[in-house]
Amino acid sequence: MYNKIIILVFGFACISLIASAQKYTTEKTFVSFFSDAAIEDITAENTKTAGVFNSTTGDIAFSVPIKDYEFAKSLMKEHFNEKYMETEKYPKSTFQGKITGYNPEATGVQNVTSKGKLSIHGQTHEVEIPGTIEKQGDKLLMKSKFIVKLEDYKITIPQLLWQNIAEQVEVTVDFTFKPQ
Amino acid sequence: MKRLFILFLLSPCLAFAQDDLLAELEKDSGNETEYTFATFKGTRLANGHTIETKNEGSLEFIFAHRFGAINGGWYEMYGLDEALVRLGLDYGIKDWLSFSIGRNSFDKTMDSYVKIRALRQSTGAKTFPFSATVLLGGAYKFSPENNSDVSDDFENVDRLSYTGQVLIARKFSTNLSLQLMPSIVHKNAVVASQEENDQFALGFGGRIKLTKSVAITTEYYHNFSMKDDSPYFNPLAFGIDIETGGHVFQLVITNAVGLTERAFITETRDDFWDGDIHLGFNVTRTFQLKKAK
Repeated sequence: MYNKIIILVFGFACISLIASAQKYTTEKTFVSFFSDAAIEDITAENTKTAGVFNSTTGDIAFSVPIKDYEFAKSLMKEHFNEKYMETEKYPKSTFQGKITGYNPEATGVQNVTSKGKLSIHGQTHEVEIPGTIEKQGDKLLMKSKFIVKLEDYKITIPQLLWQNIAEQVEVTVDFTFKPQ
Repeated sequence: MKRLFILFLLSPCLAFAQDDLLAELEKDSGNETEYTFATFKGTRLANGHTIETKNEGSLEFIFAHRFGAINGGWYEMYGLDEALVRLGLDYGIKDWLSFSIGRNSFDKTMDSYVKIRALRQSTGAKTFPFSATVLLGGAYKFSPENNSDVSDDFENVDRLSYTGQVLIARKFSTNLSLQLMPSIVHKNAVVASQEENDQFALGFGGRIKLTKSVAITTEYYHNFSMKDDSPYFNPLAFGIDIETGGHVFQLVITNAVGLTERAFITETRDDFWDGDIHLGFNVTRTFQLKKAK
């Protein structure tokens, strides 16, 4: 009898957890990076990212298709994919982690921290990224800016081009999530 | 037994806790078509074209030249004393359509090409094994200066020639790309005892990447219409491609000195295996005239 009660309690807890889990998927995404080097500034923008966020557990994941970064010069895009990111080998950059500091009940802009695994160019690192979440109606706006060091992800720049490409780039993330 | 039962009941709960969002994303993203890109570094393999077309709105300036034969010896500074030059511009009207004009000092030739990317190698949702580009070109030689220098009935139209090619390439891996080039060259006027008006050739070439920026290339055209007493040879070339940002430097050795299809497929006078080898460079610079999409 006692055991049955335990089962029932756990069972309900489980069901209620599933029921209250609020999952969001990306509606609109914008990821860009900016390289500020001696000779030229390079920006690239990507609007093809897909992401999921579970506001109950704080779990978040997103996946950025490398080939969809758009540059001002088409030759840059080709070199970016062929020589630096090796897109054929590593077609996607991903992030998987947990957001802490988000209160689903609160309104306004909330400062949050995202901690997890960032994979770029086949290399994975534990990172901690600061950002904000703002609830707008039933949507969530998530914004962040952080620095990626190319060396950490084994992205090598030929000596001849070291003045054209910075050693670290600033990544800007701007996602709009809608309830799943 | 009861414990097992509890575990069984709780299993959805556990599964939920370990919910792998990334795997979920991968599942949702589905199967897309991935088109192969950068099969070759440049629009030229060595003397002839590759399947590559310029992207929309980008203009490539090509400066190519071939020195004299290296077996000219010390007196000719191993060929460096003389050079034949082609200056050219390639423009991407659309990603799949390029237009090119050029001037080759060989026979004082003006040439023009249209390149149409017809098929693209791809994997994923739509899998296709190779890329194909159609090249159509014409060339007009201004040399000799007067028609009467050739013969009494030589007319301006006799200075024209046309080229048609189907360039077929496959990128086997990041480092290996091979290309086949079935070609036809039509010349409005020929010396009938030596040549046909329509000449069919099959080209073969490829590249092997040594590093991210350096590749070695080779290119050979076999002319099937060559007559027995033809004074011409088939063109063979070996090259090194070096890419630095907006530039591609191609260093080649070849027995051909002309840089239009008429000149190198059908009118190569030097024999590679006899040491009539010419050093040459193709140097390209790409300018983005229109902002990429």
